[in-house]
Amino acid sequence: MLGATIGLGAVGLTLTYSILGFANFAHGELITVGAYAALTLLWVVAALAGWGLGQWGPLSFGGPFVLLLAAAMALTAALALGLERALFRPLRRRGTMIGLVIASFGASLALRSLVAFAWGPEPWYFTREIAIAREVFPGVRVTADQLFVVALTMVLMAGLHTLLTRTTLGRAMRAMSENPALLAVTGIEPAAVARWTCAIGGALAAVAGLLIGLTVQVRPLLGFDLLLPLFAAVILGGVDSVYGALVGSLVVGVAEALAVPLIGAEYRAAVAFLVLIAVLVVRPTGLAGPRP
Amino acid sequence: MIGDVFAYLVFFAVIAGTYALVCLGLNLQWGATGLFNVGVAGFVAVGAYTSAILTSPPSADRLGGFAWPIGAGWLAAALVAGVVALGVGVATLRLRHDYLAIATFGVAVTIQLLALNLVPLTGGPFGIHSVPRPFTGVTASPLGRNVAYGVLVVSVVAAVYWALERLSASPWGRVLRGIREDEAAAAALGKSPAAFRLQAFALGAMVMGLAGAVYAHFIGFVAPEDFLSILTFQAWTMLVVGGSGNNRGAILGAVVVWALWSGSGAALTAVLPQALQARGAALQTVLIGVALAAVLLLRPRGLLGETTVVSRHARPEPRG
Repeated sequence: MLGATIGLGAVGLTLTYSILGFANFAHGELITVGAYAALTLLWVVAALAGWGLGQWGPLSFGGPFVLLLAAAMALTAALALGLERALFRPLRRRGTMIGLVIASFGASLALRSLVAFAWGPEPWYFTREIAIAREVFPGVRVTADQLFVVALTMVLMAGLHTLLTRTTLGRAMRAMSENPALLAVTGIEPAAVARWTCAIGGALAAVAGLLIGLTVQVRPLLGFDLLLPLFAAVILGGVDSVYGALVGSLVVGVAEALAVPLIGAEYRAAVAFLVLIAVLVVRPTGLAGPRP
Repeated sequence: MIGDVFAYLVFFAVIAGTYALVCLGLNLQWGATGLFNVGVAGFVAVGAYTSAILTSPPSADRLGGFAWPIGAGWLAAALVAGVVALGVGVATLRLRHDYLAIATFGVAVTIQLLALNLVPLTGGPFGIHSVPRPFTGVTASPLGRNVAYGVLVVSVVAAVYWALERLSASPWGRVLRGIREDEAAAAALGKSPAAFRLQAFALGAMVMGLAGAVYAHFIGFVAPEDFLSILTFQAWTMLVVGGSGNNRGAILGAVVVWALWSGSGAALTAVLPQALQARGAALQTVLIGVALAAVLLLRPRGLLGETTVVSRHARPEPRG
């Protein structure tokens, strides 16, 4: 379940990383903003129309959730596009790769502070309902929400797979990660591909944020705390591979879950760091390795 | 009134001096060598905690408290920060550049976690309170003590500046810049890029560790929230604004950005209503973040850019 949400974030991060070529430290904040956007929309809708989240069978939310999800994805994608337009594209043009990383680090702090300023530092919850865990296998208890998260992740990943392999845009995106100059020769505008990449990365981040918000809570550090596991997953997956990032996320998620009973929940984030260092020392190209 | 202003100026100078040290360390890593460190706060924290644990008097509720002399604490602070940097450097410096960024980010997060949770050593969220302050026995008044400390900090900054200038003008410094500009060419001349990078990274981290110790002994206590990623961000802003690759730029940037930071803090306190005070600090970060982005976009070389230095004995070619 944690692996699945890390996965959504990590796939978005790996897309920008491999296609735009820099480590985007602001990606965690996209996740945060996605969660807050959905939460705020929920408040607005609840105030205007009196809708709640509703309930679908055993899930702690219902129909309006789909609308919220779509709206949050659109808003976060718009934010990612804004960042790309205002900050990343001018810097990329100047050709300072590291300038991009500094800028994204700055953008990350500014966005996080803005969120803390606008919504306050205290955590919020989507719903006060308590999800009931059911035993699916002997000894394994999951809530319906968690199953939903995993299922939604799988659907989105299947969609992304289709996009990357079957559509012109997907092929252009993969081409851009290999050789932007050659892509431009074929008459496709690299800047347009970059915009699409940012938008898709932002939309996936919003889903991750909403799912975490739904199953845990919404707070300003939500995305930032996820950033280290995200990077660990991306590097474990070999940076350039979407599927590698997904596998990496599962490994990091499982490692964190396993480590909690051993070393305590307070050191959870350090687990991702250990995984990261281990990968860098043992196999710097990641599990999937460089693609031929 | 005049006294208050003077007292504040002294406080300002000490903190600015601490930041200047951090920036000088970062300038060696980034400005001279092109190493991207996103974990500045982590290395500063290591220095601050090392010196705090070693020099504070023994205490019943935590380990440590060895009551070492302060000078020894400072030295140890630099050494331990350097050792941590060596460990990270060995794992990442031979890899892609941005891996170092991600790994140092991990260091900062992990050290923050340790500071917060390793209660027997670090005092947990409450930190270590009994960090000794120098000059306590010499003068009775806090102002006199601060002035003496300010003089000490300024001389430390001057000494580090002098040493780094010498280093950067030395053959060693030229190799660093050579590696930054063209790694293959430097390697072809028989210089091992990985070894030089590691040295520069560890040395820069030592300066950051020293800065942490300087800070700890001025404030008198250390706590985890002094070393959040905002500190890393401030250091980067200072260096970028001042002009990376230029040690004077690093110091100037530290003073200018710290002035802007404390000035905007005071302005927000004055302008915002009481209820929003706590959120004002967040707005301050946004302002500085926007300023950084603006400098990156509009004046990427900073206030004082890097000057072309070939050797102390050769004059730089006129540009144009």
